[in-house]
Amino acid sequence: MTNWKVILNIARTHLVTKIKQTATAALGVTFGIGAYITLVCFMTGLNKMLDDLILNQTPHIHVFNEIEPSEKQPVDLYDELRNTFNVVHSIKPKQSQKRIHNALPIIKYLNKDPKVKGAIPQIKSQIFYISGSIELGGNLTGVDIMKEVEFFNFRDYIVKGTPQALQHNDNGVLLGAGVAKKMSLEIGDRVQISTIKGDVFPLKIVGIYQSGIADIDNVQSFTTIKTVQRILGEAENYITDINVKLHHIEQAIALAEKVEQQFKLKAIDINTANAQFETGTTIRNLITYAVSITLLIVAGFGIYNILNMLIYEKMNDIAILKATGFSGKDVQLIFMSQAMIIGVVGGVLGLLIGFGLSHLIDQLPFETEALPTITTYPINHNLWFYGIGITFAMISTFLAGYLPSQKAKKIDPVRIIRGQ
Amino acid sequence: MKTVLEAKNINKYFRKPVLFHVLKDISFKVSQGEFASIMGKSGCGKSTLLYILSTMDTDYEGGLYLNNELITGQEREKLSYIRNKHIGFVFQFHYLLSEFSVLENVMLPAKKLAEKSIEEIEHDAMNKLRILKIDHLAQKRASRISGGEKQRVAIARALINDPIIIMGDEPTGNLDSYNSENVFNVFKQLSDEEGLSLLVVTHDIDFANKTDRIIEMGDGRIIN
Repeated sequence: MTNWKVILNIARTHLVTKIKQTATAALGVTFGIGAYITLVCFMTGLNKMLDDLILNQTPHIHVFNEIEPSEKQPVDLYDELRNTFNVVHSIKPKQSQKRIHNALPIIKYLNKDPKVKGAIPQIKSQIFYISGSIELGGNLTGVDIMKEVEFFNFRDYIVKGTPQALQHNDNGVLLGAGVAKKMSLEIGDRVQISTIKGDVFPLKIVGIYQSGIADIDNVQSFTTIKTVQRILGEAENYITDINVKLHHIEQAIALAEKVEQQFKLKAIDINTANAQFETGTTIRNLITYAVSITLLIVAGFGIYNILNMLIYEKMNDIAILKATGFSGKDVQLIFMSQAMIIGVVGGVLGLLIGFGLSHLIDQLPFETEALPTITTYPINHNLWFYGIGITFAMISTFLAGYLPSQKAKKIDPVRIIRGQ
Repeated sequence: MKTVLEAKNINKYFRKPVLFHVLKDISFKVSQGEFASIMGKSGCGKSTLLYILSTMDTDYEGGLYLNNELITGQEREKLSYIRNKHIGFVFQFHYLLSEFSVLENVMLPAKKLAEKSIEEIEHDAMNKLRILKIDHLAQKRASRISGGEKQRVAIARALINDPIIIMGDEPTGNLDSYNSENVFNVFKQLSDEEGLSLLVVTHDIDFANKTDRIIEMGDGRIIN
C-alpha cells in the first residue's frame, strides 16, 4: 500500500530545502518547453503563410483546353503503313479553339458533384496596356469576382478598392500593382487597353491587385467575364478556363483524371502543380521537432544530474527511511514524484513562457512588399502544441527521474548505516 | 515467558573480496520484556547479526522468527511492513531526517503505517517525546539539537508504532557518560514498565553489565 500523503510530503520538503537546485532543474524544462512552443508556433505559422500564399489562390483542379499536336498523326491511321517506320516533319498543333467547348454545362455538372465546393469560370486573354505611344504587354482575366472572393481568398489580394466595385461596374478593372506603378495610375483613373486584334477599349480602374509575386503583378489585371467577352467580341458561352475548389484536397488527383477522360480537356491537379510545397513544409516541421527534442533532452539530463546528486546527498535519509519501514518502492516514489513535480512546474511555466513569447512575436510588425496581407510575423496558435509540449515535458522528466530513483530503490540500508 | 525473537542456525557468508564465513550456526532467543546485550570484539559479526535480525539483511541461511512466525524468505514489501510495525531501531549515529522537525521525524514511521489519524499520531508522538523529556524540542529542526537530544528523538521514533522489540547498534557509542546513562535508563524503564524487549549491540562493558543478559560473541559464534 502506498501512502501518497507521506511520500509527497517528503518529496516536497526535499525540493523546498534545495530550492536553488530545484529551480535550476525546473528552469531547464521551462526553457525547453518555452522554446518548443515558440518555435513550433512560429514555424508552422510561417509554413501556413507560405502555403497560403500559393495554395489559396491556386485552384485544386484547373481545367483548360491545351493547344498541342494530335497524338495520332494521319499517317498512323493509314492501314497500309501500319508496320512501317514513319517520320513526320514540322508537326503543327492541332487546329482547335482556346475556349472550352460546352463550358457552361460542364461547370453546372461539376457544381453538382458533392466533392466539389465550387467550380467557377475564367477567361484569359492577352492584351496591351496603352499609355500614350507606349504599349505594355499584359494579361486580362475575366472572373466571377464574388465567387473568386468566396473560394480563393481573392479579397486578400485587392490592396485598394473593393471586389463589389468591380461587380457593379461594367467597364471596371482591377489593375495589377506593377502596371499601376509603371503607368502612374490610381483608383478612379482610366486605362486604355488594346486587344491583339487592335481594338482599343477604355477601362475604369476600380481597384489595385497585388499577389506579392512581382512577375504577376507587372502584367496581370482582372475584370468581369462579360467585359472580357465584349472586348474579345465573343459570345456569352466563351470560357477558357474552369477553376475547381474541392472540399478535400486529397481528391484532386482522382477527379482531375476523371474530368480529363470525360471531357477530353486538360485538367491539372494541385498536388502535381505544387508538389515542392509539401516537401518544404515537411522539412521545416522536421527541423522544428529536431531542435525542440534536443532542447528537452538537454533539460532531461539536467534533471537526471540534479536528482543523482540529491540521492547521493540523501543516502542517510534513504537508509533511515528504509530502516524504519519504508519499502524500496516508497523511496523510489519519493524521488520519482520529485522529478514529476519538477517536470510539471517547469513544463507549465514553459507553456506560459511559450504562450507569452508567441503572442509577443504575433504583435511584432513584419511588413514586406511580397506579402500585402501580412502585417505581423505569422504565428500559428494551436492548442495541440501545448498538449504535445506538456506531454514531452512529462515524458522527459519521467525518464530522467526513473534511472536515479531506481538506484535509490536499490540502495542497501545496511551498507549505508554500517559504512559510517 | 513468551519468545519474541528467535534465531535458528543462522549462517552468513561475505562473498567479497573473498568468501568468508562471518556467522557460524547462531541460535538464540529473546523473550518478552528481556533487555539483552550483544558483546564482542570488533569484527566478530555482532553488527552483522543485528542487521540480519532486523530483517534489513536478507542474505543469510537459517531461520528467523518474530512472534513465533517465520520471517525468513518473506517479500521485501512485507519485510518493510514488519520493520515498520514490529521493530524499532536506534543507531550509533542518530540518523534523523535533518530537514524535518523533531516531531515530524518521530511521526514519520506512524504516518507510513497509516493505522491512525494524523491527530492521533501527533498526540502519540508528543507522548513519546514527553516520556523521553524532550517534548519542548518538538518544533525544532532535527539538525539544530544536540547529540544526546538527537539520540532520544531517535528512541522516540523507534517507539512510535509500539514495537515488540527495539534493536540498537551501539546506541550509546557516540555519547558521553551522562547521556549514555540517560539512554540506558530510558531503555531500562521501557523494559521494566512497558514490557518491551530490547536487543542492543554494544562495546561498553558498563552498559552491558547492567542489562538482564549478555550474549557474548567471538569469531562468528556465540560464546556465552
